[in-house]
Amino acid sequence: MTDLLHLEGICVQFGGLKAVDDVTIRVPRGERRAIIGPNGAGKTTLFNAITGMVRATSGRVMFDGRDVTRMPVHARAAIGMSRTFQITNLFPNLTVAENMRLALRGLSPRKFSLLGGGSLTAEEHARADKALGVSRLHARRDVVVKEMSYGEQRQLELAMALVAQPKLLLLDEPAAGLSPSERVIVSDIIRALPRDLTLVLIEHDMDLVLSLVDYVTCLNNGKMLVEAPPAEIRTNTLVQDVYLGKARHHA
Amino acid sequence: MSTSSSAPASSTPARDGLGKVALIAIAVGVLAFAVLPLLVPTYQVSILTEILIFAVLAMAVDILAGYTGRTPLCHGAIFGVATYVVVYWSQQGGAPVTGLLLGVAAATLVGAIFGLLAIRTSGVYFLLLTLALGMIVWGVCLRWTSVTGGENGLRGSVRPEMLAGHMPFYYAVFAVVGLITFIMWRFVRSPFGLTLRGIRDSESRMRALGYNVSLHLFLAFTISGFFAGLAGALYAMFNDFVSPSTVALSQSVEGLLMAITGGIGTLFGAFIGAAAIIGLENFVSQYTERWPTVLGLMFILIMIFAPQGVIGRVRDLVRRR
Repeated sequence: MTDLLHLEGICVQFGGLKAVDDVTIRVPRGERRAIIGPNGAGKTTLFNAITGMVRATSGRVMFDGRDVTRMPVHARAAIGMSRTFQITNLFPNLTVAENMRLALRGLSPRKFSLLGGGSLTAEEHARADKALGVSRLHARRDVVVKEMSYGEQRQLELAMALVAQPKLLLLDEPAAGLSPSERVIVSDIIRALPRDLTLVLIEHDMDLVLSLVDYVTCLNNGKMLVEAPPAEIRTNTLVQDVYLGKARHHA
Repeated sequence: MSTSSSAPASSTPARDGLGKVALIAIAVGVLAFAVLPLLVPTYQVSILTEILIFAVLAMAVDILAGYTGRTPLCHGAIFGVATYVVVYWSQQGGAPVTGLLLGVAAATLVGAIFGLLAIRTSGVYFLLLTLALGMIVWGVCLRWTSVTGGENGLRGSVRPEMLAGHMPFYYAVFAVVGLITFIMWRFVRSPFGLTLRGIRDSESRMRALGYNVSLHLFLAFTISGFFAGLAGALYAMFNDFVSPSTVALSQSVEGLLMAITGGIGTLFGAFIGAAAIIGLENFVSQYTERWPTVLGLMFILIMIFAPQGVIGRVRDLVRRR
């Protein structure tokens, strides 16, 4: 069992629209995989089917040797899936430290403590510090999230996904809406992630993504288009066609 | 990024300052409730008792409305279930202590059932569903005449001999409410309380982090029902009488308005809200029968000038300085 994530013929249908159409992907343990494709290619829907936000109409989602197709979101998180959101999804009225505490406690039974104190154990503290350090937010611990810049909020998204020590980290357009200099920070953070962490990354900015991953899956209109290493993707005519439009003959 | 190093340093003193102000305010409040009964006539001691009891109801509402982001309109009914059970038990000649336990248990059970039904909804749907659930309780109390006495209500003798006087009873309530408040304060600051605030801010993120949001909502609703039941049981001792008006919608609305007036999500605001509304009711009704109009005007003013409630407004002012 070397594949951490195995999607078998996933279809997701909304009414008459097939947003994802028979997609089969195998992600081996420790690989960094990108799913690319133009807007509307079905990337985020596929992502939601992996994490459980939508249920696959047909097909199977295998994670870590288990069939999780019908498992609810929180149960998938409990067995090691962690994700970030394309549209920043944090706890805006809480501080960075409180956001991290919620991320840490998600998988610990202490979240049910009704009268206990809120302080972290030394081990939890070390994990929070490490994740904040990797995401370059260690100095922002006591800031209320809604008072942070958008770029910093994206960094916090990463820190919260990391602190749960997942087996699989799913990043949904981590650099969406960022300025070029902020993009550099985010890609540096991703590059600095532990090499043994399996990563699936959605992005439609090809330049950012091709330098970060081992293997690329390109979707178009909900269907698989190409699977190849980044170097081949760069020169693949099918990919160029969907991104740039078809080249005209004798132009 | 250049400000990152100074940010924690500047936010820490602000938090300490707020802590000090809050501590002083709590001390003044406790002192006021401890000393006031010695200075005012007997009738007003019973108003003070009522304020303390309803503050517990308002805090129970605040657990859901302020901390969990779900505004309930059924807590008067849950509160009243406890009152009915306690009064009924005493009328049947049962021991008061057993009656109080049964009353709180019944309210908690009703809270759990309502929770199961209501947690799937949010926003205005949650408001309407809880309103309807509360109305069912009211309907049952009104129609099930053989048990509830219908419109005539039930009269019992819940209060034990040694608490018969106004003063001893007031101080007994004062002590019990103090303890309940401390427990609720610990509760909202616990890891579970933080979870509720997380759910208030983003349910989808909580799920992605591994939280079973429905389970937490159910527990929050049940716990909130338990506290509303405690208030209802105290009210049974206070009033020795219960009628459908105790479980009516107006009771639920009043509990919610107390929480809002004091400041939603502040817990202790419940005392300010309860004092403001019960105090005003009693004061204005001496002069005019139209006290609901006065109350309505007061809410309009609060919504315009202090939408986060009294404590929310004061907190803003303190922070700004």
